[in-house]
Amino acid sequence: MTAIRPIAPAQPFDVARIRQDFPILAREVRGKRLVFLDSAASAQKPRIVIDAERHIYEAEYANVHRGVYWLSQRATEAFEGAREKVRQLLNARETREIVFVRGATEAINLVAQSYGRCFLSAGDEVLITHMEHHANIVPWQMLRDERAIVLRVAPIDDAGELDLDAFARLIGPRTRLIAVTHVANALGTVIPVGEVIRLAKARGIPVLIDGCQAVPHQAVDVQALDCDFYVFSGHKLYGPTGIGALYGKARLLQAMPPWQGGGDMIRSVTFERTEYNELPWKFEAGTPHIAGAVGLAAAIDYIQSIGYDAVAAHETELLAYAVRELSKINSLRIIGEPRHRSGVISFALGGVHPHDIGTILDDDAICVRAGHHCAQPTMERFGVSATVRASFAIYNDRDDVDVLVAGLRTVHKVFQL
Amino acid sequence: MSELRDLYQELILDHGKQPRNFRPIATASHQADGHNPLCGDKVTVFLAIEGDRITDVGFQGSGCAISMASASLMTESIKGKAEAEVRTMFERFHTGLTAKDEAAAVGALMDLDKLVVFGGVREFPIRVKCAMLPWRTLVAALDHAQQPVKTE
Repeated sequence: MTAIRPIAPAQPFDVARIRQDFPILAREVRGKRLVFLDSAASAQKPRIVIDAERHIYEAEYANVHRGVYWLSQRATEAFEGAREKVRQLLNARETREIVFVRGATEAINLVAQSYGRCFLSAGDEVLITHMEHHANIVPWQMLRDERAIVLRVAPIDDAGELDLDAFARLIGPRTRLIAVTHVANALGTVIPVGEVIRLAKARGIPVLIDGCQAVPHQAVDVQALDCDFYVFSGHKLYGPTGIGALYGKARLLQAMPPWQGGGDMIRSVTFERTEYNELPWKFEAGTPHIAGAVGLAAAIDYIQSIGYDAVAAHETELLAYAVRELSKINSLRIIGEPRHRSGVISFALGGVHPHDIGTILDDDAICVRAGHHCAQPTMERFGVSATVRASFAIYNDRDDVDVLVAGLRTVHKVFQL
Repeated sequence: MSELRDLYQELILDHGKQPRNFRPIATASHQADGHNPLCGDKVTVFLAIEGDRITDVGFQGSGCAISMASASLMTESIKGKAEAEVRTMFERFHTGLTAKDEAAAVGALMDLDKLVVFGGVREFPIRVKCAMLPWRTLVAALDHAQQPVKTE
């Protein structure tokens, strides 16, 4: 007889139980416990996500929006159900405001190419900050080179905070779009996006928020924020790679021309003219990443079953512990000391190159990012070419921090600091 | 840890911290830039060549201990040598760091004197490009390459 499990009451956050949800955390690397501190680059996947992808391929797979047959309808329901799940995650008003993309990078490129090319002209300005990921810099530079727009960059201070006064001063009569990160990927700074949006709205300027480093850690409500675009990648939210979402206000998305042409984004095609599909499919040319969307929906289910309050409580406590323990290490300098930090800690250690630190930590099965974190302007602002970045997720615990600290003491030993 | 010790040997740490010949050469006849976009390592190699002989060599740049030590020890080991000889050293160094066959790798490094300390890099494939960057840049300088060397 199998034991009957009692109906689980709402459980307090139990990181040991969470860790069991992630199969990869059970593996060892060279006989050592895997210490994964690179979730800001890409998070590990819970079993529920892996199973969801497997399930659709094994039981419900066909192309979407095509077949009259039962299987295609099931796949379409799963795919469109995933879109509704993303809508819930962001609290968007309508499901048609959610466009599936490969990730945040593609989402920003979509906005730059579609909205930017259509509504921005020579001399118009796009305002970003000094702590953007390359994905929120380069698409605007490409637009600048093509359309002679002007890219303005709001400065940050030594703590790694956005200088809001300078930001406000940079909003001018030609500012046509403001694109800022929600959480800076190289520093962990939580940007006061509410304030940014308030400043923008006072001048009637649309705002795009890069939420890649925010959605894994905090609840997001695009209606409360009143942002015009919000983008994120699924793989940082414990979902599959190759899937992400662009939220855009329906009014804006409707006014925007399609970005890529092909199947699925059309209503009718003749050689003379093509009538485009309605939202959101107008922006989804070609067969989408069906299994990826379904996996993302499972990841959203997963994070919501834990609850963002519990996630935030756990991660805030762990980050504070990590900052405290890292600060005890001689000649360790934390890069950026924002008032509100989320997810990541970047640091330098006694002039040792981050790649040497990364190699030594790897010997203890510690996975950290060593490099410029696709944020070279941020690095340059702090006078370093690279840092070590430890980033934290729901499955990290104090043991991970302790192993990291021990590993950094090995760096001390090897380099005789 | 023992593999780490093989990688970060005393000589490498010493040269990484206090690189030799870390200077530009005003009268350089050959010069090239190298860049590792993955980690941002940068190196410029300066050569003074008279006839077919390297009479002076210097480098500048920034990077990890492995790349800096590799550049430093490279400059020490090629000074006074003929160009053809240096090219052979490059081939041996490359084999020593990348050969699948351990005996071949060890054999290749054996004749390179001090450079044998880089034998441990072979166990860290991701770091091979750090050690190779100065050497690739050296060859580019010999070839009078116009484009900066990239490790990717």
